[in-house]
Amino acid sequence: MSPLNRKLTRDLWKMRGQVIAVAAVIASGVAVLSMSLSTTEALSETAHAYYERYRFAHIFGRVQRAPEHLADRIRLLPGVQAVTTRVVKTAILDIADFSEPVIGQFASIPERGEPELNLLALRAGRLPQAGRPDEAVLSEPFAEAHGLVPGDRLRAILNGHWRELEVVGLALSPEYVYTIGPGALMPDDRRFGVIWMGREALQGAFDLDGAFNDFSVGLLRGMDPEPVIRQIDELLANYGGTGAYERANQLSNWFLMNEIRQLKTMSSILPVLFLAVAAFLTNMVLGRLITVERAEIGLLKAFGYSNFEIGLHYVKLTVAIACIGIVLGWIAGYWFGLANTRVYAEFYRFPFLLYEPGPNAFMLAAGASMIAALLGTISTVQAVAALPPGEAMRPPSPTMFRRSGLSKLALFQALDQPTRILLRQLGRWPLRSLVTSGGIGMAIGVLIISFQWLDAINRMIDVYFLQAQHNDVTVGFGEVRPASAELALAGMTGVITTEPMRAVATKIRFGSREERKLIQGVPARQNLHHVFDVDGHAVDLPPGGLVISTILGELLDAGTGDILTVEVLEGRRPTRQVPIVAMFETYIGSPAYMEIAALNRLMGEAPAINTVHLRTDPLYRAALFRKLKEIPAVSSLNLKEAAVTTFRDTMAESMLIFISFFVVFAGTLAFGVTYNAGRITLSERGRELATLRVLGFTRAEISYILLGEIGALTLVALPLGCAIGYSLALLISGAFKTELFRVPFAILPDTYGLSILIVVGATAVSAFVVRQRLEHLDLIAVLKTRE
Amino acid sequence: MTTAEKKAQGIEPALRARDLTKVYRTGEVEVHALRGVSLDLYPADLVALLGPSGSGKSTLLNILGGLDQASSGESWFNGQLVSKLDDRALTRYRREHVGFVFQFYNLIPSLTASENVALVTEIAPHPMPADDALRLVGLEERLNHFPAQLSGGEQQRVAIARAIAKQPELLLCDEPTGALDSQTGVLVLEAIERIHAELGTTTVLITHNAVIADMADRVLVMGDGQIVEERENPERRRARDLRW
Ligand SMILES: Nc1ncnc2c1ncn2[C@@H]1O[C@H](COP(=O)(O)OP(=O)(O)OP(=O)(O)O)[C@@H](O)[C@H]1O
Ligand SMILES: [Mg+2]
Repeated sequence: MSPLNRKLTRDLWKMRGQVIAVAAVIASGVAVLSMSLSTTEALSETAHAYYERYRFAHIFGRVQRAPEHLADRIRLLPGVQAVTTRVVKTAILDIADFSEPVIGQFASIPERGEPELNLLALRAGRLPQAGRPDEAVLSEPFAEAHGLVPGDRLRAILNGHWRELEVVGLALSPEYVYTIGPGALMPDDRRFGVIWMGREALQGAFDLDGAFNDFSVGLLRGMDPEPVIRQIDELLANYGGTGAYERANQLSNWFLMNEIRQLKTMSSILPVLFLAVAAFLTNMVLGRLITVERAEIGLLKAFGYSNFEIGLHYVKLTVAIACIGIVLGWIAGYWFGLANTRVYAEFYRFPFLLYEPGPNAFMLAAGASMIAALLGTISTVQAVAALPPGEAMRPPSPTMFRRSGLSKLALFQALDQPTRILLRQLGRWPLRSLVTSGGIGMAIGVLIISFQWLDAINRMIDVYFLQAQHNDVTVGFGEVRPASAELALAGMTGVITTEPMRAVATKIRFGSREERKLIQGVPARQNLHHVFDVDGHAVDLPPGGLVISTILGELLDAGTGDILTVEVLEGRRPTRQVPIVAMFETYIGSPAYMEIAALNRLMGEAPAINTVHLRTDPLYRAALFRKLKEIPAVSSLNLKEAAVTTFRDTMAESMLIFISFFVVFAGTLAFGVTYNAGRITLSERGRELATLRVLGFTRAEISYILLGEIGALTLVALPLGCAIGYSLALLISGAFKTELFRVPFAILPDTYGLSILIVVGATAVSAFVVRQRLEHLDLIAVLKTRE
Repeated sequence: MTTAEKKAQGIEPALRARDLTKVYRTGEVEVHALRGVSLDLYPADLVALLGPSGSGKSTLLNILGGLDQASSGESWFNGQLVSKLDDRALTRYRREHVGFVFQFYNLIPSLTASENVALVTEIAPHPMPADDALRLVGLEERLNHFPAQLSGGEQQRVAIARAIAKQPELLLCDEPTGALDSQTGVLVLEAIERIHAELGTTTVLITHNAVIADMADRVLVMGDGQIVEERENPERRRARDLRW
């Protein structure tokens, strides 16, 4: 081995603490990136494989009632490969030991054999047997939430009649990866579940003998669904079809794809940030390291080593450190990715999991961090090249200190010598001090943006559920009801106030854009369920037009004053031109509202409703629920409290593993920066500190000089870090925008406090470790060699 | 052969300098470290450079050795204009022709004695084996010691071994005994003397110590950035006979 390479390996060994600290930071960056990429990759692949193996349909749709033979007509359409028709209805369930309302989605399966599409993944028990109309298969998460197993029984009100059902099996389905009940925002397995029963049993229960009300269509590979959808709509228009829609708009799939996209955004923004920090840190550490080695570099140049050879030496150092970091990061990334994917797979209830991360994610992470590390080195290597070789000839020249304005202040005069040394030291290299503070600040910033997620979720909950919704129960009717249905509910014991709503399925077009949207008809001035702008005010609905969320405006590329074409998909299916009369900002969903009377006029119908929001008296709530369950027309009951809890849990669950990883990373970062700052200061000033010791200063005094510097830099870093976190959060909330969520920009004081606390803790640990080195300061060795 | 004889025989000087000046600027302050230095060093000369502190000795040596650029003036090595070389050519000049010994040893702490020497033999065109160089300075017992395990004098001898191992044509020593006691200093000087004798290296030796100057062929005395006195030693004294 050449002496220069030997020096390299010995230096690496000697600086192993620092090497590990930098490598750890690089490793975290690599781990976050490879974890994020491999997780999203695995989720996408698992979802697609699931869809493929269980023949998830491409087109879905509902009708009121259509005769069986229509299925054959659909099957004959060009491009269609398979058709499954079903009976699908929601109904209220009664489950022992659970007093709150539970909604069941009943879906039929063939009496014999497998369905052509949307196969069930049977997890336990068996399918219902032909001719046994009371046998049912439950969705597994729902069964687990209630502790139901094959052999148990439950009661349901099917079409107004109490029926006792026997659980014979548990299953999962690609149609219900996300099992979201009607009117709900998040899956809630205790309050909503899917129940599969034999086709004849459900046809009988819902008076649909020889008919179906739901269909799925599988297409030949590569077929464009659009023309098929158009033909199906024509075919079914007279049977109360509400418009077929493609897979992309299927509720469960839409949520799943949204979520995967959201994870992808997360995995593109944050790791990039982390890699940048790692590069910055590598730069800082190497920069200071090379400064310490100025004399050796001058010496090598004096011997005739070229700039290139010396540059290469330090590049090798970087590459070695980066390689250690990358390998560590790969390992961590692989395991975290696996753990993370498992959590998600559990969350989504995939029946199997494909975690076979390709090399791409890992190569990308390695490449990015290697480049980042090298970029971090370039400037310092250039600085090395610029060093005059004469540097080596000079005695270890005392650094130039000047009596600054500061020194003349009376206050400064009053300081003791160690404090003066400390302050002059900081003032001597203001840029370097700032860089170190910047590094610590970055750690605080990363923590802030991690914890800020929780703040953002809380803010979403606060605005969306608490400020905007003053109802506590929402009652949904299976069919449209006359407006008098509201009065019937208002008259029940325990109901304080009510507010009607009518939702209408439509297609809204503007220019070349088209969106399927439920237009919600609500009173012009709402008293329970407000149309609410995120800046904190309820929006009154002007008559005669649509009030839409800004996100829907963006999707349609339309603004206030534009006239939209609204194609109603129910009732008499009118198509009307409706202007946008106002827009408002919301965090969740992309809703469109209209004044309820205007909506009914647009439909050409008498005043009608299909949903009623209630404000109830907690004292009578249990009794009220019991009565509501008995009303045949009621097909869903949603509790706001439960919605808040599931929203919080779901969001927290899907974010928390990411957040906790970021916290670990940020801690590593803070430790890495401060430990390196301390160690480098120690090697830069070992001579001086040893001299001071020789002169009779105590260990405590010299630790004060060393650690005081770290302390002062950390102090500067605190406001800096808060500013960094603030800006990054602003940046992220801008970038993080899906159809489903806009992440609000919200940072609570607690978040700042906690972030600061963690970083100060990490700093204290690293200061302690550096302090330990002072104990072993070898006075003789330090004074003898010129390091 | 004395310098005068070399000159008389028409031997070209190995190193020639004309009107070298060096100005350091620190803020508003200008320090004139060299104010027009001219000199000729002939092959196999052993020249001592004397002078009070701050008179510009190190500055001159750095410029001659291609470590630093003069503010004005020119210098040649074997007819090649050194003062106009670019960085790359200067690097090659140092690598192929010059050996340095510094006042403060400047060993790489993480390399052993023999590795410190190998650092130079690696890149030199005609080096001697690193261990031979250490043997020349009497350190054959200490090949695998790290700098921190060596005394100051031993470290300096490693530094000399490192400078001579490439068999340089020019050996530049900046106060090699500055930090050593007289006995150890003599050991170091003996090493320099031996290299000079065996390899015929043109050698410049900066010293504060007039006694040491006695071992040179020629003595240049600097004062305030200029050569104020130049004399030939009629008789060179052996390094081992020096005492101070
Ligand atoms: N980098 C520098 N910046 C400014 N002034 C310098 C620098 N290096 C040297 N000088 C000044 O140049 C002058 C000559 O310095 P030089 O180091 O050549 O002296 P010297 O003769 O070697 O002294 P000594 O015997 O003390 O080593 C001195 O006045 C010194 O202050
Ligand atoms: Mg000097």
